[in-house]
Amino acid sequence: MQLRVRALESILTEKGYVDPLALDAIVEAFEHQIGPHIGARIVARAWIDPDFKKRLLRDADEEVRSLGVAARATHLQVLENTERLHNMVVCTLCSCYPWEVLGLPPAWYKSFAYRSRAVVDPRGVLAEFGVALGGNIEIRVWDSTAEVRYLVLPMRPAGTQAWSEQDLAALVTRDSMIGTGLARQPSEMA
Amino acid sequence: MNGVHDLGGMHGFGSIEAESGKPVFSARWEGRILAMTRSMGYCGLWNIDIFRSARESLLPTIYLTTSYYGRWLLALEDLLVRYGLVARDELAAGRALHPPGALPRILTRERVPAVLARASFERPTAAPAMFRPGDRVRTRNIHPQGHTRLPRYARGHVGWVEQVRGSHVYPDSVAAGRGEDPKWLYTVVFPAAELWGASADPTVRVSIEAWEPYLEAA
Repeated sequence: MQLRVRALESILTEKGYVDPLALDAIVEAFEHQIGPHIGARIVARAWIDPDFKKRLLRDADEEVRSLGVAARATHLQVLENTERLHNMVVCTLCSCYPWEVLGLPPAWYKSFAYRSRAVVDPRGVLAEFGVALGGNIEIRVWDSTAEVRYLVLPMRPAGTQAWSEQDLAALVTRDSMIGTGLARQPSEMA
Repeated sequence: MNGVHDLGGMHGFGSIEAESGKPVFSARWEGRILAMTRSMGYCGLWNIDIFRSARESLLPTIYLTTSYYGRWLLALEDLLVRYGLVARDELAAGRALHPPGALPRILTRERVPAVLARASFERPTAAPAMFRPGDRVRTRNIHPQGHTRLPRYARGHVGWVEQVRGSHVYPDSVAAGRGEDPKWLYTVVFPAAELWGASADPTVRVSIEAWEPYLEAA
């Protein structure tokens, strides 16, 4: 694969179709600028600012833009997890993912195992991630079949009332924003 | 098309290997192919639906046995050949052998932020939306040969409209070369039992985003 990709880049560069510096900049952006820290910042803000949260749930694109993050969101919907509802996101047909707020998807999100099972056995999938939800909690699986993208707003852990936005953001894992995890507990932050 | 990419509900792919803290790209070439794909996508000859369709058109045996970014490479090569930008003998030789084709635009470093902003797929349409939130709808039992975004597991089932998303580029049309042909897009929710039978978990609901041609009143 490596040689074949290198050969293709040579051909495209020789023909003037791509600018290697532009390719470098794209790789650099996904390695260093765009990642789950953006989503974590959005979640932490929503936890401490009820008005922001209300606006975020209504029009995420606008609110994400107001944070001045690297990549612009479009057709983004934020899904709030509660005591009664757990949201979980998948793309059964390919690998649609809110990369503007989470960066590129992890390998498991793109795997045949996750794509095949998330819609038919979400509780089993969650168990493999170490998440055991009460039987009374409704699970909603969102299959990303269009250009709409979803960011899960996990529940705020108890015992964090006095925490700063920055400290709260450290509790927000990537998986908790996909819905295959929960936010970290304060006790996990030793 | 009823391809192997349409994985929802299939069995036998094993357990999920959760991971965290892994690098964004497990090898350098993965980043290069992603960047080339983004860069060539910017040229304006094809859109995301056409690229998805190219990946889905790989032979099922190839699709299932090639890595994720490996599939991107194969799909990009196929598109470059199909659009007359690169010839097969060039791919075999690993260098340019023929004069370049014309491109509407080329991505420069300065324009990279433009491809890091998610594009809008909403387009105006003259037709009024046929459904409203709360309407019961049945997904059509269709099996188009070409690209579609209606997964097999969600065909021929009754759900309800939760949201009207606006009028969006219709992938089935774009991928078939018939233009964007915007259609109304809806969030449609199904109880798990509707999709998977009476033994399904009663606390689970699944939603898809469905374009109007996928739906009929129920």
